[in-house]
Amino acid sequence: MTTEFIYSRIWQEEPEPDNAFAAATCHCHGYDVFGDLLVNASWIEYLFLLFRGEDPTIRQARLLEGLAMALANPGPRDAAVHAAMCGGVGGSTSASCLMAALAVGAGASGGAREVYLAMENWAGRGTDLATWRTELAAKPVSDPSDVWPMPGHPPGFDPHGVRCTGPVLKTLEHLVGVSDGPSLSWLQANRPTLEAAAGLPLAMSGVAAAALRDLGCTPEQGEMMHLFLRLPGAAVHALEQKDYGYKKFPFFSVELENDPATAHTGAEEKTGYRAEDKI
Amino acid sequence: MNGPQLLEQYAGRLTTGAGAIFPGERAVFCGHDLHATLNDLDWLELYLFGITGRRYTPLQMKVLHAVCTFTSYPDARLWNNRVAALAGTVRSTGTLGIAAAYAVSEAQIYGWGAVLRASEFLCRTKMRVDAGEDIAELVSAELKHKRGISGYGRPIVSADERIAPLMAKVRELGFDGGPHLKLAFEVEKILLEGRWRLRMNYAALAAALCADLGMSPREYYFSSMPAFLAAMPPCYMEAAEKPEGLLFPLPCKVMLYEGVSRRKWRAAAQTQLL
Repeated sequence: MTTEFIYSRIWQEEPEPDNAFAAATCHCHGYDVFGDLLVNASWIEYLFLLFRGEDPTIRQARLLEGLAMALANPGPRDAAVHAAMCGGVGGSTSASCLMAALAVGAGASGGAREVYLAMENWAGRGTDLATWRTELAAKPVSDPSDVWPMPGHPPGFDPHGVRCTGPVLKTLEHLVGVSDGPSLSWLQANRPTLEAAAGLPLAMSGVAAAALRDLGCTPEQGEMMHLFLRLPGAAVHALEQKDYGYKKFPFFSVELENDPATAHTGAEEKTGYRAEDKI
Repeated sequence: MNGPQLLEQYAGRLTTGAGAIFPGERAVFCGHDLHATLNDLDWLELYLFGITGRRYTPLQMKVLHAVCTFTSYPDARLWNNRVAALAGTVRSTGTLGIAAAYAVSEAQIYGWGAVLRASEFLCRTKMRVDAGEDIAELVSAELKHKRGISGYGRPIVSADERIAPLMAKVRELGFDGGPHLKLAFEVEKILLEGRWRLRMNYAALAAALCADLGMSPREYYFSSMPAFLAAMPPCYMEAAEKPEGLLFPLPCKVMLYEGVSRRKWRAAAQTQLL
């Protein structure tokens, strides 16, 4: 007989009359999930409800849906999707493919941690352009006691970009059109100034951070949302590479900087091999 | 060089000092032939060599093995182990369960988040004490700034049953005189004498021992990772061997709802406009 409890402000259940371990009804933030939401709400509205505790306005639902569309598939060149494909191509379990995508997509360079850090910046700077300009010009600070490595660039901007890319600009434009919040429109209006201060173009993570802020998310909620909203692309590309097989998946060549076989001769042997070579 | 030019320089190949396999010939591990020159290393030695680039003496390895062994608790109630066990009870795979349990072990109030902070505090404080600063003032400032010192205090209970047996082993092996270890106990003395009443926990002790073996905080963070591993397979395997779903079954009544009252969703017509 258990005497321990799980506290929740989100979820409430009533048991079936003949089975204390099976729920007869489930309520989410007060709404009957299977008797009301399933029939009357959309997936994106339910998602908003889960995170924010209230039903979204039409424009909030459109904003979240637009963000979910923009993030759903970063494409096979993205590191998180690449990681998922490494699972798929070798026949790894489906869960491991998504775990790989989550672990790599968690990072502070293009991943969910970058969104978290960008949202923290929004919380501290608001729409104060002078503060943004000053702090974007400052170098990231290292915290050697943090498990997260030091960010290499201002969060929300593309560390290797030349100009703001088409997908980022189109996403920003669409989301500005459906957002009631102040962040996206301010970001669009001040993008050139912010990019000049950062010395880098705006990235999708920066648009996502502003959108999640306009949706009322905390940085922690934004980090979680960014993690799972990008999983669909990781999933399908992992499955696709499993189908193609390893002979059509890049293995890359290697240049070993400290090869003991060449250490004494000074020879520049740079041997690479492809996956079709037997391991 | 930056932007796409920099990326282009790195495209299509791996330039590395970590290692490589030459199929059918040999494998290189951190600049050494794995099968020719590192073949006498036990697994933990190899693991630590990959992190630090250093070789440890047999006695030092005994300390490092003990650091891992003495915190291997196959108790499925522990949060990280519970993940492995839950994977077993729902018939997920062993690798998935243990990989997830491992990832969860990077927590803030225990595990590798706490481990890294404990090591960073001790190494930083040691340098400042060596430079002439007062240890009590440093401890007080740390508490004021961070509202706690990682490596001191423990969730749920205050005493740490691992300290005495590990210290006995360390004394037996002659590693009980290192400067970081001495500092770790001095910090505990200050915390016990003050109003904080915080005891040293295993993270600080292990961090101090590893720092005395020359490990930086980042090296200790990676070196400590195997410490939880041994305990995870028993948790998974036992749960997987029992009938499915019998690990921590939760009846509906354990849910204590503290949210808003029951309410009706708006009409479906509005949803359809989306």
